[in-house]
Amino acid sequence: MTPFFALVRMELRLFFADPRAVIMSVIAPIAIASFFGYIFGGGAGNTERSKIPVLIADLDGSNLTQEVVRRLKADASLDVKPATPEQCREAVRKGKATAAFVIPKDFAFGTAAAFLAGGSRPEIAMLQDPSQELEMRMLQGIVTGAVMGAAGKQLSGGREEIPLPFGVRAESVTSDPTISYNGYAHSFGGMGIQFLLMVGVEVGVGLLLRRQLGVWKRLRAAPISRMMLLGSRIVSGGITSMATLMILFAFARVVFGVHIQGSLAGFLGICASFSLMTAALGLVISTLGKTAEATRAVAIVATLLMVMLGGAWVPTFIFPRWLQNITVVMPTRWAMDGLDAVTWRGLGFSTVAPQIGLLLGCAVVFGAFAVWRFRWEEN
Amino acid sequence: MGVMASMLEISGLRKSYHNLVAVDGVSFRAGQGETVGLLGPNGAGKTTTVSIIAGLIRPDAGEVRIAGRAISSDTDPAKQSIGLVPQDLGLYDQLSARENLRLFGALYKMSGAPLRHAMDEALDLVGLSERAKDRVKEFSGGMKRRLNLAAALLHDPQLLLLDEPTVGVDPQSRNAIFDNLESLKKRGKTLLYTTHYMEEAERLCDRLVIIDHGKIIADDTLQGLHRRFCAQNLLTVELEDGELSIDELLIDGLSIDALRQVPGVESVERRGHSLRIGVRDLARDSAAILQWLAERGQHVQHFASERTSLETVFLTLTGRSLRD
Ligand SMILES: Nc1ncnc2c1ncn2[C@@H]1O[C@H](COP(=O)(O)OP(=O)(O)O)[C@@H](O)[C@H]1O
Ligand SMILES: [Mg+2]
Repeated sequence: MTPFFALVRMELRLFFADPRAVIMSVIAPIAIASFFGYIFGGGAGNTERSKIPVLIADLDGSNLTQEVVRRLKADASLDVKPATPEQCREAVRKGKATAAFVIPKDFAFGTAAAFLAGGSRPEIAMLQDPSQELEMRMLQGIVTGAVMGAAGKQLSGGREEIPLPFGVRAESVTSDPTISYNGYAHSFGGMGIQFLLMVGVEVGVGLLLRRQLGVWKRLRAAPISRMMLLGSRIVSGGITSMATLMILFAFARVVFGVHIQGSLAGFLGICASFSLMTAALGLVISTLGKTAEATRAVAIVATLLMVMLGGAWVPTFIFPRWLQNITVVMPTRWAMDGLDAVTWRGLGFSTVAPQIGLLLGCAVVFGAFAVWRFRWEEN
Repeated sequence: MGVMASMLEISGLRKSYHNLVAVDGVSFRAGQGETVGLLGPNGAGKTTTVSIIAGLIRPDAGEVRIAGRAISSDTDPAKQSIGLVPQDLGLYDQLSARENLRLFGALYKMSGAPLRHAMDEALDLVGLSERAKDRVKEFSGGMKRRLNLAAALLHDPQLLLLDEPTVGVDPQSRNAIFDNLESLKKRGKTLLYTTHYMEEAERLCDRLVIIDHGKIIADDTLQGLHRRFCAQNLLTVELEDGELSIDELLIDGLSIDALRQVPGVESVERRGHSLRIGVRDLARDSAAILQWLAERGQHVQHFASERTSLETVFLTLTGRSLRD
């Protein structure tokens, strides 16, 4: 047994010597990932979402407006309730309804007049909760559609419906038409990434604390190189991280049906390279701070930023374009994109090869930096 | 003494931390098979010196030679000839005694039967064979200290650096460790034994290097030290806590320094209302000292004499107790 393997083995023994810590380091990410996965759309085929609460005050009461209300009530994504204009305003202000529509008196007459003779058009007032920007555009579309449909039916004498001259067919584009976005695939990847970075921080901080220990003196007194000493820590940290990821995805597979739809080699490659990268990053962290405590505080903030910007909490496709563009430099983003690619997007090894290469490159650069800058003596 | 080949030779070691000079020009040597005690109070610079010898700390100046060779790098094979027993226990608590030893042996590229044999032998020497499979966590303080010693022996080093190997152990374990060290001595190992217990140094060491504030203040054999610092007798004088307190004694020009000038006085130390005075010749000088005190209005309540130990030699040299 070479010194290197003895050191790696020792680190692994130490890690698994504390079963409670091991279990916690697995349970915490599983719990949080399950929560995020549920929030962000859940598993494949599970499109059930909560309905948007909407109030409607029909002050006109005409055939046309009654038809509009009927159509809105029929919309699967809305939960429509009638109300007075005052109730509408109150409910939106209190956040009990996402939006409310107030259809003015003589709306039907006004639209007909505007349609036939021109002139001012009547307006439906939309009262909106300012915190729900995303839903507003959707609601505007739904209302427009309902009014158009109802008006067409009226114009044709109620017998048949004039169809809209176009339709929109939504299709989720993945490499295989039977594959769909899986919120759990993303959240387990994301939380895995976050917890691996946390493990990296602990590797780094732990190394700072270790310098004070007698065992460290013993390791340093042995005829082994500094590179071996730090390298064995990177490899052992990488192995435990890799194991954590495997357990997370095994759980996600069994419980939430998350499958590696793409390349398995790509998946393992991303996991392994990211595991090594985080352990090496931990060592870089250990070279920065003065005391272990100060280092930990800074490292955790930096980690959370990286995790957030890498899209581990919410997918980067929700980010504004400029943010999507600048976060491509984050290693967390490479890992997250890589995991998304080989899990629910179902892509092959060649698509994630660049990410694997980048992550391994980072691991090497970080490791070299740590060996160069690590303060071997305490003072 | 100079005929013995040098196992360890250090010269002009200096190391400072910010404004504090921890090791200030330390030089000494240890011949092959010799046991040298590095003796000094806490903070004297012993651990720093040992760490420099073991290659853990780079000195600001000075040189270390092991069997005539300087250690040039982390992987220098010369490090094979050093066994370090760190002051802070160098053991993994969560692992068993055997697992600890296996790791430390592997660091010196040992494996298979030779490693197993070395582990058995080391465990046997320190009397822990029965407990080899138990986690270190479950060991008593004394057992941990013994394992700490065993872990430095696997690769059969010629030079053992023992940094306070008995600190905080019960007398029984201490005796056991001493027996272990005696047998290592018999096998021809060179020992650098660091301690702040004079009686340990006296019992084990062929030669003593006394260090204080990072500087070496004496380097001699036991007999040499006794001969050189010939205050072999100690006069303890208890003063009446009446008219003049000891503090006043200091202020009134009746300073301890003045007492030190009295013929025959080798050293003076104050403990409460007592003065401990090292005298060259008890019979001749005692009367003069008592008279000197009486002339200055001091009433002697009680006086006694004893032979000095090396502990008193240390006091003579530094003016402070080892257990400061
Ligand atoms: N890493 C360090 N940083 C700052 N001061 C230190 C450090 N290590 C030791 N010292 C100081 O150097 C002096 C000598 O310490 P040390 O060699 O441990 O003494 P000893 O082992 O004799 O008790 C002490 O004053 C100690 O506080
Ligand atoms: Mg010390």
